[in-house]
Amino acid sequence: MPDARSLKPCRAERRAKPWNSVFQSPRPPHKASIAVGASALSAKTLTHGARCPSFAAKRLGLTTLLLPLALSGCVGPQSTFGGAGSEAAAVEALFWFMLWGAVFVWVVTIGIAIYATRVSPGRHSERTGIRFILIGGVIFPTVTLAGLLVYGLKMMPEMRSEANGPTIAVSGERFWFRVAYGVEGEPGVVKSLPPGGVESANEIYLPVGQRSELLLGSPDVIHSFWVPALAGKMDMIPGRVNRLVIEPVREGVYNGVCAEFCGDAHAQMGFRVIAVSPEAYAAHVEAQSQPAALTSGPGLDAFMKNGCDACHTVRGTEADGAIGPDLTHLASRRTLGAGLLAMSEENIATFVRATDHVKPGVEMPSFGVLPDAEITAIAAWLGALK
Amino acid sequence: MFGLDRQTRDNIWTLIAAPTIWALHFLLAYGVAAVQCAPNQAIFETITATRWMIAGITVVALALIGLIFLRAYREWKGHGGGTVNDQDTDVARESFLEFSTVLLAGLSFVSVIFVALPALFIADCR
Ligand code: HEC
Ligand SMILES: [Cu+2]
Repeated sequence: MPDARSLKPCRAERRAKPWNSVFQSPRPPHKASIAVGASALSAKTLTHGARCPSFAAKRLGLTTLLLPLALSGCVGPQSTFGGAGSEAAAVEALFWFMLWGAVFVWVVTIGIAIYATRVSPGRHSERTGIRFILIGGVIFPTVTLAGLLVYGLKMMPEMRSEANGPTIAVSGERFWFRVAYGVEGEPGVVKSLPPGGVESANEIYLPVGQRSELLLGSPDVIHSFWVPALAGKMDMIPGRVNRLVIEPVREGVYNGVCAEFCGDAHAQMGFRVIAVSPEAYAAHVEAQSQPAALTSGPGLDAFMKNGCDACHTVRGTEADGAIGPDLTHLASRRTLGAGLLAMSEENIATFVRATDHVKPGVEMPSFGVLPDAEITAIAAWLGALK
Repeated sequence: MFGLDRQTRDNIWTLIAAPTIWALHFLLAYGVAAVQCAPNQAIFETITATRWMIAGITVVALALIGLIFLRAYREWKGHGGGTVNDQDTDVARESFLEFSTVLLAGLSFVSVIFVALPALFIADCR
C-alpha cells in the first residue's frame, strides 16, 4: 500500500502532530494490512524530514497512486466482490446483472437522445410520442421492476433458510464484538443473547461449506454486523436477537465491521472472520474452550493488582470480569482492540499504556500511570496466552 | 352507472383517491405482517392467515382503484381524450383532472401489486 507510506508523512508534517502519527494505525483495509498497521505503528522513524513532492509531481503521483487504489478496492478481505460466501455470491451476481442492465438502459436512452437531436431532429407525431412514452416509460419499467422484484423475493428466503452448522452468539458492544461459540437459542424479542458457549472476542471462526447461524444482539446501542465478503448486514439491536446465516464457500480471513454509527470509536469497531475447514473449526473452538496457558507469574500479579480483572476474564485464574473482552486466549487472535492493531506484545503494551490515544472514545481506561515494568510484565503475560 | 351520460365533476379528492387507497393498503399490509413477525419467533412457521389477509386487502384495493380508473377513463374519453390542456375552460379543467386521475390510478394499481408481491413469495417470517 504505497499510499499509507508516501502520503502520510506529508499530511502528518503539515499538521505537525508527531504523537498522532506515531500512533496512527489506520484500520488495515487491504491484504498486506496487518503488516502495514504494524509498521505504521512501530515506525517511530516515520520520516518527518521527508519533503513533500512539488504540486505537479504530486498530482501526477496521486493519479497513478489512486488508480490502483481505486481498483484494489474491488478485491481483498473487505470486498463484496469476492463471492467468499454463498449470500455474497448471490448478491454479486445480481449486482452484475443489474449493472449491465443499467448500462443497456443508459445506452438506449442516450441513443434515443442522439437520434432525436441529431439523426431526426424534426417534429414527431403525437401518436409516436404517446406510444413511445407508453412503451418506454410505462410498460418497460413496470415489467423490468416486476421481474427484479420477483427474482429478489425468491432469493430472500433461501438466504435465510435453516442452518446446518454451529450456532454462534455475537454481541456488539461499544466498541468491540463479544463472541460465544456453540450456544443454544433462537431469535426473538428478548433481553439478551443466550448464555453459555465458548467465549472469545473480535474474531469469529466459521466452518467452510456449512451454514452457521449467528445470533446477534447488543447490550448498549444499535450496531450492525457486516462481513462484506461473506454476506449482507444485520442490525444488532438491544432487546432483540436477530439471526444471520452465513455460509463461507472459500477459506480465508475476512474483515468485518460495525456498520451502524454507535459512538466515538465506531470507525474502529471491527473484527475478523476466519473461514476454515470444519475440522479446523472444531479444533479451534476446542482450543478456545481451554483455560489460559499461563496462570501465574508477575504479569498476572500486576493484572490482578491493578484491577484489570474487574472487567476482564482470564479463565484458569481469578480474573472473571465480564465488562471487557475475554483475554484467555488473547494472543491467538490476529488483531488487538477490535481489528485495530496487529497482535504483538509491543502493541498490547501500547494499548494498555495509551488506550485512549490508540482508540479514541474507547470504554477502557488508560493505564499510562502504571510503572512501565508492570505494563511490560502484563503485556508479556497476555502476549503468551495463545 | 359509470356511463358517458353520467358525467361527474372531478375535484382534488377524486384525483387523490387512488393513491390514498395505495397508501392505506401499504399501511395495512405492513401492519398485519408486523403484528405477525415483529416478535421474531418461530420464524419457520408458515403464516398462511397473514398472507390471506394481505391477499384480501389487495383484492379490495385493486377493485376500488380499478373502478376509479374506469370512471375517470370513460369520462376522459367522453371529453375527447385529449392530453393537451392549455385552455382556461371548465371542460379543459375537467378533462385535465380526469386524465391525471387515470394516470395516478394506473400507478397506484401497479404499486399495490408490488406491495403485495412479498406475501406471494414469502411464506414465513424469515
Ligand atoms: C473498566 C473496565 C476495564 C478495565 C478496568 C480494563 N479493561 Fe481492558 N478492556 C475493556 C474494554 C471495554 C475493552 C474493549 C475495548 C475496545 O476494543 O473497544 C478492553 C480491551 C482490552 C484489551 C484488548 C482485547 C482485545 O480483544 O483486543 C486488552 C489487551 C486489555 N483490555 C487489557 C487490559 C489490562 C491489562 C487492564 C488492566 C491494566 C485492563 N484491560 C483494564 C475494559 C476494561
Ligand atoms: Cu458499533
